[in-house]
Amino acid sequence: MPRLNATQRHRVRLTVNGRQVEADAEPRMLLTDFLRHELGLTGTHVGCEHGVCGACTIDIDGVPARACLTLAVQADGGTIRTVESLAPEPGRLSILQQAFRRHHALQCGFCTAGILMSLDCYLRDRPEPTEAELREFLGGHLCRCTGYTPILKAALEAATMLHKKRPEEQLHA
Amino acid sequence: MKPARFDYVRAEHLAEVHDVLAENGNDARVIAGGQTLLPMLSMRLARPKVVVDIMHLPQLQTIDADKGTIRIGAGVRQAQLLGWPLLSDRQPLLAAALPWVGHAQTRNRGTICGSLAHADPSAEIPLVLVALGGTIELSSRRGRRRIAADIFFTGMMSTARSEDELIEAAILPARPTGSGYAFQEFGRRHGDFAIAACAAVATDKGTRLAVAGVADRATMHDFAALDGSALDDALDAFAWDLDARDDLHATARYRRELVRRMGRAVIEEARRCRA
Repeated sequence: MPRLNATQRHRVRLTVNGRQVEADAEPRMLLTDFLRHELGLTGTHVGCEHGVCGACTIDIDGVPARACLTLAVQADGGTIRTVESLAPEPGRLSILQQAFRRHHALQCGFCTAGILMSLDCYLRDRPEPTEAELREFLGGHLCRCTGYTPILKAALEAATMLHKKRPEEQLHA
Repeated sequence: MKPARFDYVRAEHLAEVHDVLAENGNDARVIAGGQTLLPMLSMRLARPKVVVDIMHLPQLQTIDADKGTIRIGAGVRQAQLLGWPLLSDRQPLLAAALPWVGHAQTRNRGTICGSLAHADPSAEIPLVLVALGGTIELSSRRGRRRIAADIFFTGMMSTARSEDELIEAAILPARPTGSGYAFQEFGRRHGDFAIAACAAVATDKGTRLAVAGVADRATMHDFAALDGSALDDALDAFAWDLDARDDLHATARYRRELVRRMGRAVIEEARRCRA
Protein backbone atom coordinates (compact mmCIF):
# COMPACT_ATOMS: atom_id res chain seq x y z
CA MET A 1 0.00 0.00 0.00
CA PRO A 2 1.73 3.21 -1.12
CA ARG A 3 1.76 5.78 1.67
CA LEU A 4 2.92 9.24 0.65
CA ASN A 5 4.40 11.28 3.46
CA ALA A 6 2.80 14.68 4.10
CA THR A 7 6.01 16.68 4.23
CA GLN A 8 7.72 15.19 1.19
CA ARG A 9 7.25 15.68 -2.51
CA HIS A 10 6.32 12.65 -4.55
CA ARG A 11 6.66 11.90 -8.22
CA VAL A 12 3.37 12.22 -10.16
CA ARG A 13 3.22 10.89 -13.72
CA LEU A 14 0.45 11.91 -16.10
CA THR A 15 -0.44 12.18 -19.73
CA VAL A 16 -1.20 15.86 -20.29
CA ASN A 17 -2.38 17.03 -23.71
CA GLY A 18 -0.99 13.88 -25.28
CA ARG A 19 2.46 14.15 -23.68
CA GLN A 20 3.88 12.02 -20.88
CA VAL A 21 4.90 14.40 -18.11
CA GLU A 22 6.12 14.04 -14.54
CA ALA A 23 6.78 16.38 -11.67
CA ASP A 24 6.77 16.33 -7.88
CA ALA A 25 3.90 17.19 -5.54
CA GLU A 26 3.14 17.10 -1.85
CA PRO A 27 0.01 15.01 -1.15
CA ARG A 28 -1.94 18.20 -0.40
CA MET A 29 -1.17 19.86 -3.73
CA LEU A 30 -4.28 20.56 -5.84
CA LEU A 31 -4.23 19.55 -9.48
CA THR A 32 -4.75 23.21 -10.46
CA ASP A 33 -1.50 24.18 -8.74
CA PHE A 34 0.29 21.15 -10.14
CA LEU A 35 -0.68 22.11 -13.70
CA ARG A 36 0.13 25.79 -13.25
CA HIS A 37 3.19 25.77 -11.01
CA GLU A 38 4.87 22.45 -11.71
CA LEU A 39 4.00 22.02 -15.40
CA GLY A 40 3.72 25.72 -16.34
CA LEU A 41 0.29 25.24 -17.93
CA THR A 42 -1.30 28.48 -16.77
CA GLY A 43 -4.28 28.30 -19.15
CA THR A 44 -6.25 26.52 -16.39
CA HIS A 45 -7.47 29.27 -14.08
CA VAL A 46 -7.99 29.24 -10.33
CA GLY A 47 -11.22 30.97 -9.31
CA CYS A 48 -13.09 30.05 -6.16
CA GLU A 49 -10.93 27.02 -5.34
CA HIS A 50 -13.85 25.12 -3.86
CA GLY A 51 -15.66 23.79 -6.89
CA VAL A 52 -18.33 26.43 -7.36
CA CYS A 53 -17.13 28.68 -10.21
CA GLY A 54 -15.89 26.16 -12.79
CA ALA A 55 -12.90 28.24 -14.00
CA CYS A 56 -10.50 25.33 -13.38
CA THR A 57 -12.55 22.73 -15.29
CA ILE A 58 -10.37 20.37 -17.36
CA ASP A 59 -10.81 16.99 -19.04
CA ILE A 60 -9.83 14.29 -16.54
CA ASP A 61 -9.87 10.78 -18.03
CA GLY A 62 -12.32 11.81 -20.72
CA VAL A 63 -14.84 13.80 -18.69
CA PRO A 64 -15.00 17.44 -17.60
CA ALA A 65 -14.19 17.87 -13.91
CA ARG A 66 -12.85 20.45 -11.47
CA ALA A 67 -9.06 20.50 -11.21
CA CYS A 68 -9.37 22.34 -7.86
CA LEU A 69 -11.38 19.44 -6.41
CA THR A 70 -8.73 16.90 -7.35
CA LEU A 71 -5.39 16.24 -5.70
CA ALA A 72 -2.41 15.92 -8.01
CA VAL A 73 -1.62 12.54 -6.40
CA GLN A 74 -5.17 11.32 -7.16
CA ALA A 75 -4.60 12.05 -10.85
CA ASP A 76 -1.36 10.02 -10.93
CA GLY A 77 -1.42 7.73 -13.95
CA GLY A 78 -4.37 9.56 -15.49
CA THR A 79 -4.97 11.33 -18.76
CA ILE A 80 -5.67 15.04 -18.76
CA ARG A 81 -6.46 17.65 -21.36
CA THR A 82 -6.31 21.38 -20.64
CA VAL A 83 -7.26 24.44 -22.66
CA GLU A 84 -3.76 24.47 -24.15
CA SER A 85 -4.77 21.38 -26.17
CA LEU A 86 -7.67 23.00 -28.02
CA ALA A 87 -5.98 25.10 -30.70
CA PRO A 88 -4.76 22.82 -33.50
CA GLU A 89 -1.59 24.90 -34.00
CA PRO A 90 -0.23 28.28 -32.92
CA GLY A 91 -2.25 31.06 -34.49
CA ARG A 92 -5.23 28.83 -35.29
CA LEU A 93 -8.26 28.36 -33.07
CA SER A 94 -10.54 25.35 -32.76
CA ILE A 95 -14.08 25.57 -34.12
CA LEU A 96 -15.43 26.09 -30.61
CA GLN A 97 -12.87 28.82 -29.88
CA GLN A 98 -13.64 30.54 -33.18
CA ALA A 99 -17.34 30.54 -32.29
CA PHE A 100 -16.52 32.11 -28.91
CA ARG A 101 -14.61 34.86 -30.71
CA ARG A 102 -17.37 35.52 -33.25
CA HIS A 103 -20.08 35.75 -30.61
CA HIS A 104 -18.06 37.73 -28.04
CA ALA A 105 -18.59 34.85 -25.64
CA LEU A 106 -15.85 36.20 -23.40
CA GLN A 107 -14.85 39.55 -22.04
CA CYS A 108 -12.33 39.27 -19.22
CA GLY A 109 -11.69 35.64 -20.14
CA PHE A 110 -11.20 34.38 -16.61
CA CYS A 111 -13.95 31.74 -16.81
CA THR A 112 -13.33 30.90 -20.47
CA ALA A 113 -10.78 28.10 -20.20
CA GLY A 114 -13.09 26.10 -17.94
CA ILE A 115 -16.16 26.67 -20.09
CA LEU A 116 -14.27 25.72 -23.26
CA MET A 117 -13.07 22.45 -21.70
CA SER A 118 -16.55 21.60 -20.43
CA LEU A 119 -18.12 22.27 -23.83
CA ASP A 120 -15.34 20.52 -25.72
CA CYS A 121 -16.04 17.31 -23.76
CA TYR A 122 -19.80 17.76 -23.89
CA LEU A 123 -20.06 18.30 -27.64
CA ARG A 124 -18.08 15.13 -28.28
CA ASP A 125 -20.65 13.06 -26.39
CA ARG A 126 -23.72 15.05 -27.42
CA PRO A 127 -23.25 16.41 -30.92
CA GLU A 128 -26.79 17.80 -31.15
CA PRO A 129 -27.59 19.35 -27.77
CA THR A 130 -30.76 21.36 -27.25
CA GLU A 131 -30.56 24.87 -25.89
CA ALA A 132 -32.14 23.69 -22.62
CA GLU A 133 -29.53 20.94 -22.21
CA LEU A 134 -26.72 23.40 -22.83
CA ARG A 135 -28.19 25.88 -20.34
CA GLU A 136 -28.30 23.21 -17.65
CA PHE A 137 -24.79 22.02 -18.48
CA LEU A 138 -23.42 25.60 -18.41
CA GLY A 139 -25.00 25.95 -14.95
CA GLY A 140 -21.74 24.42 -13.72
CA HIS A 141 -19.89 27.62 -14.63
CA LEU A 142 -19.96 31.20 -13.45
CA CYS A 143 -19.32 34.09 -15.85
CA ARG A 144 -19.69 37.62 -14.47
CA CYS A 145 -19.15 39.45 -17.78
CA THR A 146 -21.26 38.06 -20.58
CA GLY A 147 -24.65 37.22 -19.09
CA TYR A 148 -24.20 33.76 -20.72
CA THR A 149 -26.27 34.49 -23.83
CA PRO A 150 -23.26 34.88 -26.16
CA ILE A 151 -21.71 31.71 -24.65
CA LEU A 152 -24.90 29.80 -25.40
CA LYS A 153 -25.00 31.13 -28.97
CA ALA A 154 -21.36 30.21 -29.54
CA ALA A 155 -21.90 26.71 -28.17
CA LEU A 156 -24.97 26.10 -30.34
CA GLU A 157 -23.22 27.36 -33.45
CA ALA A 158 -20.09 25.29 -32.74
CA ALA A 159 -22.28 22.21 -32.20
CA THR A 160 -23.93 22.70 -35.59
CA MET A 161 -20.61 23.24 -37.35
CA LEU A 162 -18.96 20.27 -35.69
CA HIS A 163 -21.90 18.02 -36.41
CA LYS A 164 -21.66 18.79 -40.12
CA LYS A 165 -18.03 17.74 -40.22
CA ARG A 166 -16.89 14.18 -40.62
CA PRO A 167 -16.25 12.45 -37.28
CA GLU A 168 -12.45 12.23 -37.73
CA GLU A 169 -12.27 15.98 -38.29
CA GLN A 170 -14.21 16.84 -35.14
CA LEU A 171 -13.27 19.52 -32.65
CA HIS A 172 -9.56 19.65 -33.35
CA ALA A 173 -9.75 20.12 -37.10
CA MET B 1 -7.35 28.16 0.46
CA LYS B 2 -4.80 25.36 0.45
CA PRO B 3 -5.26 22.18 2.46
CA ALA B 4 -3.11 21.60 5.52
CA ARG B 5 -0.56 18.79 5.18
CA PHE B 6 -1.67 15.17 5.29
CA ASP B 7 -0.28 11.75 4.42
CA TYR B 8 -1.95 10.14 1.42
CA VAL B 9 -2.57 6.39 1.30
CA ARG B 10 -3.60 4.72 -1.95
CA ALA B 11 -5.34 1.61 -0.64
CA GLU B 12 -4.94 -1.56 -2.68
CA HIS B 13 -6.93 -3.80 -0.33
CA LEU B 14 -10.04 -3.12 1.69
CA ALA B 15 -8.26 -4.21 4.88
CA GLU B 16 -5.81 -1.33 4.42
CA VAL B 17 -8.67 1.17 4.51
CA HIS B 18 -9.94 -0.44 7.73
CA ASP B 19 -6.43 -0.35 9.22
CA VAL B 20 -5.92 3.34 8.46
CA LEU B 21 -9.33 4.19 9.93
CA ALA B 22 -8.81 2.01 13.02
CA GLU B 23 -5.32 3.41 13.68
CA ASN B 24 -6.09 7.08 13.02
CA GLY B 25 -9.74 7.43 13.99
CA ASN B 26 -10.99 10.95 13.46
CA ASP B 27 -7.60 12.06 12.11
CA ALA B 28 -8.24 9.97 8.98
CA ARG B 29 -10.56 10.84 6.12
CA VAL B 30 -11.62 8.63 3.25
CA ILE B 31 -11.37 10.21 -0.19
CA ALA B 32 -13.40 8.84 -3.09
CA GLY B 33 -14.47 11.45 -5.67
CA GLY B 34 -13.33 14.26 -3.37
CA GLN B 35 -16.08 16.65 -4.43
CA THR B 36 -17.11 17.45 -0.88
CA LEU B 37 -13.89 16.53 0.93
CA LEU B 38 -11.63 18.81 -1.14
CA PRO B 39 -13.56 22.02 -0.30
CA MET B 40 -13.51 20.97 3.38
CA LEU B 41 -9.74 20.44 3.17
CA SER B 42 -9.08 23.65 1.22
CA MET B 43 -11.12 25.74 3.65
CA ARG B 44 -9.46 23.82 6.47
CA LEU B 45 -12.79 22.85 7.95
CA ALA B 46 -11.20 19.40 7.99
CA ARG B 47 -7.52 18.89 8.88
CA PRO B 48 -6.94 15.14 8.78
CA LYS B 49 -3.47 13.68 9.34
CA VAL B 50 -4.08 11.00 6.74
CA VAL B 51 -6.31 10.74 3.68
CA VAL B 52 -7.02 7.26 2.33
CA ASP B 53 -8.00 6.92 -1.34
CA ILE B 54 -10.48 4.11 -2.00
CA MET B 55 -10.80 4.58 -5.77
CA HIS B 56 -8.29 1.86 -6.64
CA LEU B 57 -10.42 -0.92 -5.13
CA PRO B 58 -12.40 -2.59 -7.93
CA GLN B 59 -14.76 -4.34 -5.49
CA LEU B 60 -16.14 -0.95 -4.41
CA GLN B 61 -16.94 0.13 -7.98
CA THR B 62 -19.94 -2.09 -8.60
CA ILE B 63 -23.69 -1.55 -8.93
CA ASP B 64 -25.44 -4.83 -8.04
CA ALA B 65 -29.14 -5.23 -8.68
CA ASP B 66 -30.80 -8.41 -7.41
CA LYS B 67 -33.60 -9.71 -5.17
CA GLY B 68 -35.42 -6.40 -5.11
CA THR B 69 -32.46 -4.30 -4.02
CA ILE B 70 -29.78 -2.15 -5.61
CA ARG B 71 -26.40 -2.08 -3.91
CA ILE B 72 -24.16 0.84 -4.86
CA GLY B 73 -20.50 0.50 -3.89
CA ALA B 74 -18.49 3.32 -2.32
CA GLY B 75 -16.48 3.87 -5.49
CA VAL B 76 -19.48 4.39 -7.78
CA ARG B 77 -19.52 7.90 -9.18
CA GLN B 78 -22.80 9.81 -9.54
CA ALA B 79 -22.34 10.08 -13.33
CA GLN B 80 -21.71 6.32 -13.53
CA LEU B 81 -25.01 5.60 -11.77
CA LEU B 82 -26.84 8.14 -13.95
CA GLY B 83 -25.47 6.31 -16.99
CA TRP B 84 -26.57 2.90 -15.68
CA PRO B 85 -29.16 1.79 -18.27
CA LEU B 86 -31.40 0.08 -15.69
CA LEU B 87 -31.62 3.04 -13.31
CA SER B 88 -34.90 4.63 -14.35
CA ASP B 89 -36.58 1.23 -14.48
CA ARG B 90 -35.22 -0.11 -11.17
CA GLN B 91 -35.32 3.07 -9.13
CA PRO B 92 -37.07 6.00 -10.80
CA LEU B 93 -36.89 8.26 -7.73
CA LEU B 94 -33.09 8.10 -7.75
CA ALA B 95 -33.12 8.67 -11.52
CA ALA B 96 -35.26 11.79 -11.00
CA ALA B 97 -33.14 13.21 -8.17
CA LEU B 98 -29.59 12.52 -9.43
CA PRO B 99 -29.55 15.23 -12.14
CA TRP B 100 -30.07 17.74 -9.29
CA VAL B 101 -26.90 16.67 -7.47
CA GLY B 102 -24.29 19.38 -8.04
CA HIS B 103 -23.38 19.93 -11.69
CA ALA B 104 -22.46 17.54 -14.49
CA GLN B 105 -18.84 18.55 -13.91
CA THR B 106 -18.93 17.50 -10.23
CA ARG B 107 -21.10 14.39 -10.79
CA ASN B 108 -18.34 13.09 -13.05
CA ARG B 109 -16.17 12.56 -9.98
CA GLY B 110 -18.45 12.73 -6.94
CA THR B 111 -19.72 9.43 -5.51
CA ILE B 112 -23.07 8.32 -4.09
CA CYS B 113 -21.57 7.20 -0.79
CA GLY B 114 -19.45 10.35 -0.51
CA SER B 115 -22.62 12.40 -0.43
CA LEU B 116 -23.99 10.11 2.30
CA ALA B 117 -20.78 10.51 4.32
CA HIS B 118 -20.93 14.30 4.05
CA ALA B 119 -24.59 14.35 5.20
CA ASP B 120 -25.43 17.85 4.06
CA PRO B 121 -29.01 18.59 5.18
CA SER B 122 -29.97 19.84 1.70
CA ALA B 123 -28.40 16.97 -0.26
CA GLU B 124 -30.53 14.91 -2.64
CA ILE B 125 -28.96 11.45 -2.23
CA PRO B 126 -29.55 11.22 1.54
CA LEU B 127 -33.10 12.46 0.87
CA VAL B 128 -33.74 9.65 -1.61
CA LEU B 129 -32.34 7.04 0.77
CA VAL B 130 -34.55 8.28 3.60
CA ALA B 131 -37.63 8.44 1.36
CA LEU B 132 -37.13 4.88 0.10
CA GLY B 133 -36.17 3.35 3.44
CA GLY B 134 -32.68 2.53 2.18
CA THR B 135 -29.77 1.30 4.28
CA ILE B 136 -26.10 2.12 4.60
CA GLU B 137 -23.53 -0.66 4.81
CA LEU B 138 -20.60 0.09 7.10
CA SER B 139 -17.49 -2.01 7.48
CA SER B 140 -14.48 -1.96 9.77
CA ARG B 141 -11.93 -4.31 11.30
CA ARG B 142 -14.69 -5.23 13.77
CA GLY B 143 -16.99 -6.46 11.03
CA ARG B 144 -19.87 -5.26 8.97
CA ARG B 145 -23.26 -3.76 9.79
CA ARG B 146 -26.22 -2.22 8.05
CA ILE B 147 -28.08 0.77 9.37
CA ALA B 148 -31.36 2.31 8.20
CA ALA B 149 -30.93 5.67 6.47
CA ASP B 150 -33.37 7.52 8.73
CA ILE B 151 -31.29 6.72 11.81
CA PHE B 152 -27.92 6.95 10.03
CA PHE B 153 -28.27 10.72 9.63
CA THR B 154 -28.09 12.20 13.10
CA GLY B 155 -27.96 15.93 12.36
CA MET B 156 -26.23 18.64 10.37
CA MET B 157 -23.31 16.89 8.62
CA SER B 158 -23.23 14.17 11.23
CA THR B 159 -23.96 10.47 10.97
CA ALA B 160 -24.00 7.29 13.05
CA ARG B 161 -20.75 6.11 11.42
CA SER B 162 -18.10 5.23 14.00
CA GLU B 163 -14.71 6.76 13.29
CA ASP B 164 -13.18 3.39 12.35
CA GLU B 165 -15.92 2.58 9.83
CA LEU B 166 -15.99 2.89 6.06
CA ILE B 167 -19.27 3.50 4.24
CA GLU B 168 -18.91 0.56 1.91
CA ALA B 169 -22.23 0.71 0.07
CA ALA B 170 -25.66 2.26 -0.15
CA ILE B 171 -28.56 -0.16 -0.49
CA LEU B 172 -31.88 0.85 -1.97
CA PRO B 173 -35.05 -1.12 -2.52
CA ALA B 174 -35.84 -1.54 -6.21
CA ARG B 175 -39.15 -0.12 -7.34
CA PRO B 176 -41.95 -2.42 -6.19
CA THR B 177 -44.64 -2.89 -8.80
CA GLY B 178 -47.53 -0.50 -8.38
CA SER B 179 -45.60 2.23 -6.61
CA GLY B 180 -45.36 5.87 -7.67
CA TYR B 181 -42.59 8.38 -7.19
CA ALA B 182 -42.07 12.11 -7.54
CA PHE B 183 -39.23 14.54 -6.86
CA GLN B 184 -39.05 18.34 -6.89
CA GLU B 185 -36.41 20.78 -5.81
CA PHE B 186 -36.35 24.52 -5.36
CA GLY B 187 -33.11 26.52 -5.46
CA ARG B 188 -31.86 29.79 -6.88
CA ARG B 189 -30.03 28.02 -9.71
CA HIS B 190 -29.91 24.42 -10.94
CA GLY B 191 -27.01 22.76 -9.14
CA ASP B 192 -27.08 25.05 -6.12
CA PHE B 193 -27.85 23.68 -2.69
CA ALA B 194 -31.59 23.10 -2.38
CA ILE B 195 -33.55 25.66 -0.40
CA ALA B 196 -36.00 22.78 -0.13
CA ALA B 197 -36.31 19.44 -1.93
CA CYS B 198 -39.23 17.01 -1.68
CA ALA B 199 -39.50 13.33 -2.59
CA ALA B 200 -42.72 11.31 -2.40
CA VAL B 201 -43.26 7.56 -2.56
CA ALA B 202 -46.82 6.28 -3.03
CA THR B 203 -47.61 2.61 -2.38
CA ASP B 204 -50.73 0.66 -1.48
CA LYS B 205 -49.94 1.38 2.19
CA GLY B 206 -49.99 5.15 1.82
CA THR B 207 -47.76 8.02 0.78
CA ARG B 208 -44.44 8.97 2.29
CA LEU B 209 -43.00 12.48 1.94
CA ALA B 210 -39.34 13.22 2.64
CA VAL B 211 -37.92 16.74 2.77
CA ALA B 212 -34.35 18.04 2.56
CA GLY B 213 -32.98 21.54 3.07
CA VAL B 214 -35.34 22.48 5.89
CA ALA B 215 -34.50 20.48 9.02
CA ASP B 216 -30.92 19.59 10.04
CA ARG B 217 -31.23 16.34 8.05
CA ALA B 218 -33.53 14.70 5.51
CA THR B 219 -36.81 14.02 7.33
CA MET B 220 -39.77 11.86 6.36
CA HIS B 221 -43.40 11.48 7.30
CA ASP B 222 -46.05 8.98 6.26
CA PHE B 223 -49.35 10.49 5.15
CA ALA B 224 -52.01 7.77 5.20
CA ALA B 225 -54.72 8.18 2.57
CA LEU B 226 -55.34 11.85 3.26
CA ASP B 227 -56.74 14.18 0.65
CA GLY B 228 -58.12 17.68 0.22
CA SER B 229 -57.88 20.02 3.20
CA ALA B 230 -57.00 17.14 5.55
CA LEU B 231 -53.78 16.67 3.55
CA ASP B 232 -53.10 20.42 3.70
CA ASP B 233 -53.49 20.35 7.48
CA ALA B 234 -51.18 17.34 7.81
CA LEU B 235 -48.57 19.02 5.58
CA ASP B 236 -48.82 22.19 7.62
CA ALA B 237 -48.20 20.27 10.85
CA PHE B 238 -45.26 18.44 9.25
CA ALA B 239 -43.81 21.74 7.94
CA TRP B 240 -43.92 23.24 11.46
CA ASP B 241 -42.34 20.11 12.97
CA LEU B 242 -39.28 20.49 10.71
CA ASP B 243 -38.10 23.40 12.85
CA ALA B 244 -36.94 25.47 9.87
CA ARG B 245 -34.34 28.20 10.41
CA ASP B 246 -33.70 31.52 8.71
CA ASP B 247 -30.48 31.78 6.74
CA LEU B 248 -28.93 33.83 3.92
CA HIS B 249 -30.95 32.02 1.29
CA ALA B 250 -34.47 31.89 2.71
CA THR B 251 -36.48 32.51 5.85
CA ALA B 252 -37.98 29.70 7.91
CA ARG B 253 -41.45 30.85 6.87
CA TYR B 254 -40.50 30.67 3.20
CA ARG B 255 -39.16 27.14 3.64
CA ARG B 256 -42.35 26.01 5.41
CA GLU B 257 -44.36 27.38 2.51
CA LEU B 258 -42.19 25.43 0.06
CA VAL B 259 -42.84 22.25 2.05
CA ARG B 260 -46.60 22.86 1.97
CA ARG B 261 -46.70 23.53 -1.79
CA MET B 262 -44.01 21.23 -3.17
CA GLY B 263 -45.01 18.56 -0.65
CA ARG B 264 -48.57 18.57 -1.92
CA ALA B 265 -47.39 18.62 -5.56
CA VAL B 266 -45.07 15.62 -5.20
CA ILE B 267 -47.60 13.63 -3.15
CA GLU B 268 -50.22 14.14 -5.85
CA GLU B 269 -47.77 13.36 -8.62
CA ALA B 270 -46.56 10.17 -6.91
CA ARG B 271 -50.17 9.03 -6.47
CA ARG B 272 -50.90 9.72 -10.14
CA CYS B 273 -47.80 7.74 -11.18
CA ARG B 274 -49.05 4.82 -9.08
CA ALA B 275 -52.48 4.89 -10.66
